[in-house]
Amino acid sequence: MAHVQLEGVSKTFSMKVGGQVQQMRALNRVSFDIQQGEIVALCGPSGCGKTTALRIIMGLETASSGTVTVGGKAVTGCGLDRGMVFQHAELLPWKSALENVKFALQMKGTPAADLQATALRYIELVGLTAAKDRRPHQLSGGMKQRVGIARALAIDPDVLLMDEPFGALDSQTRESLQMEVLAIQERTRKTIIFVTHDLDEAVLLADRVVVMLGGQVRDVIPVGIPRPRHDMRAIRLHPEFMRRRTEIWELLHEQTASPVTRAEVAA
Amino acid sequence: MNAPRLPNWAISLISLAVLLGAWEGYGPHIDPLFASYPSEIAKAFWKMTESGRLPKALWSSMQPFVAGYVLAALAGVPIGLLLGRSRVLDAAFGFYVIAGYSTPLIALVPLLMIWFGLGFMVKMVIVFLLTFFPICINTWVGVKAVPKTLIEVGTAFCAPPGAVMRQIVLPAVLPYIMAGLRLGIGKAVIALVIAEFLTAISGLGGVIISSANSFKTAEMFVPILIIMVLAVGLTHLVSIIEHKVAPWQNEIAGREGV
Repeated sequence: MAHVQLEGVSKTFSMKVGGQVQQMRALNRVSFDIQQGEIVALCGPSGCGKTTALRIIMGLETASSGTVTVGGKAVTGCGLDRGMVFQHAELLPWKSALENVKFALQMKGTPAADLQATALRYIELVGLTAAKDRRPHQLSGGMKQRVGIARALAIDPDVLLMDEPFGALDSQTRESLQMEVLAIQERTRKTIIFVTHDLDEAVLLADRVVVMLGGQVRDVIPVGIPRPRHDMRAIRLHPEFMRRRTEIWELLHEQTASPVTRAEVAA
Repeated sequence: MNAPRLPNWAISLISLAVLLGAWEGYGPHIDPLFASYPSEIAKAFWKMTESGRLPKALWSSMQPFVAGYVLAALAGVPIGLLLGRSRVLDAAFGFYVIAGYSTPLIALVPLLMIWFGLGFMVKMVIVFLLTFFPICINTWVGVKAVPKTLIEVGTAFCAPPGAVMRQIVLPAVLPYIMAGLRLGIGKAVIALVIAEFLTAISGLGGVIISSANSFKTAEMFVPILIIMVLAVGLTHLVSIIEHKVAPWQNEIAGREGV
């Protein structure tokens, strides 16, 4: 049975534009399955609904119709079976790196005696032991996102949800964090759902790429690069990398009408 | 420019010395009924302190001031937090707070005297009323300004409402609360003097009135300057506390430390 399952999920937002209420359809009958231990990328241009889909899986938004199940249970709200890594890390600015991880552990109900040791373990996992007492504003963008990953992993979720976490980072930091995600997955075997607009990133990380356009799933592309994927160079040179990247690129450019216009037509 | 940079406090000190010097130089040429000048005021200060009149007035003023201010802070902050977090409470009571803030509450003093008499109680109530609203409204506005994304962090980790309040909302609102407490000091000082003018004449306000009535202008300036120094000192104290309890605020705002 699928670990995460979306069935006919639609989402309509109402927003006031120039004094008139307009309906914006962000998702239109989206369905896909994700298997235990899989890395799946939701990929598409901005406005395609990929982040909305992720937020519905997390329980931060509710679907207008359709069902989402995680581990066989219908999603009705937040749950510690899912850990979220936010687009801009969203660390609490008054807490140190370590305290931000502790926050998640406290919410999970970790006994006070274990807090320090457990939080330290996850800070170490993302390589931030030396910077553990710094507050977010004393951390670089990449370090912040590492804390964000540590915080999400600390509650030991079944599914890790990542919302374009590396979009704002420079390419070198991004690459090292991408390799880190692959390494963490190798060690923990978590199911990972990764939202990105970056085709390279999608193909690099994912076992399958859900290609989205205008609130709908265009196609689901399997990426046959074997795991473990340790070597960035080897992945990029793999014939599958270019083939799948081109395939997704073509899918996204088939209807050259801009995706924003398509979304509006759908609404 | 290679000139050495003067520290901020030195610049302030020079400015103050120039002002006092000019006042001291020009003051004696004015009729002592219309104005006074620093050395005259200092003499009056010494005389009033020795006679015990000033310490007594100060003590009598501080009681309603501190009591009213502390009560306003203890009520204003939690009520502001609740109004900001609850749509129902906001709709039910929010407009009373705005009305209270916008109304010239001084107009209620005659009524308050009937309710609370002329002594400590009525003065404390006046200080409380004028201080409560700015503290409450600042806190309320602060809660409204908490980034939605930080609340979502709480939601994503299933934080119960109490934890969201204590670990996310409260620290995020702290700078607004401190700004409210700073504004509150100014309001409380005004409220105190008005209370001492309009109810039983007493305290530092009373000294102002009686000195003015007997045309002792230098003596009149003494309590005014004391109130000024008191207000500036307390405002500064709140700023120091702010930097202690919310040190991250400087990092966010990009200011330098105290």
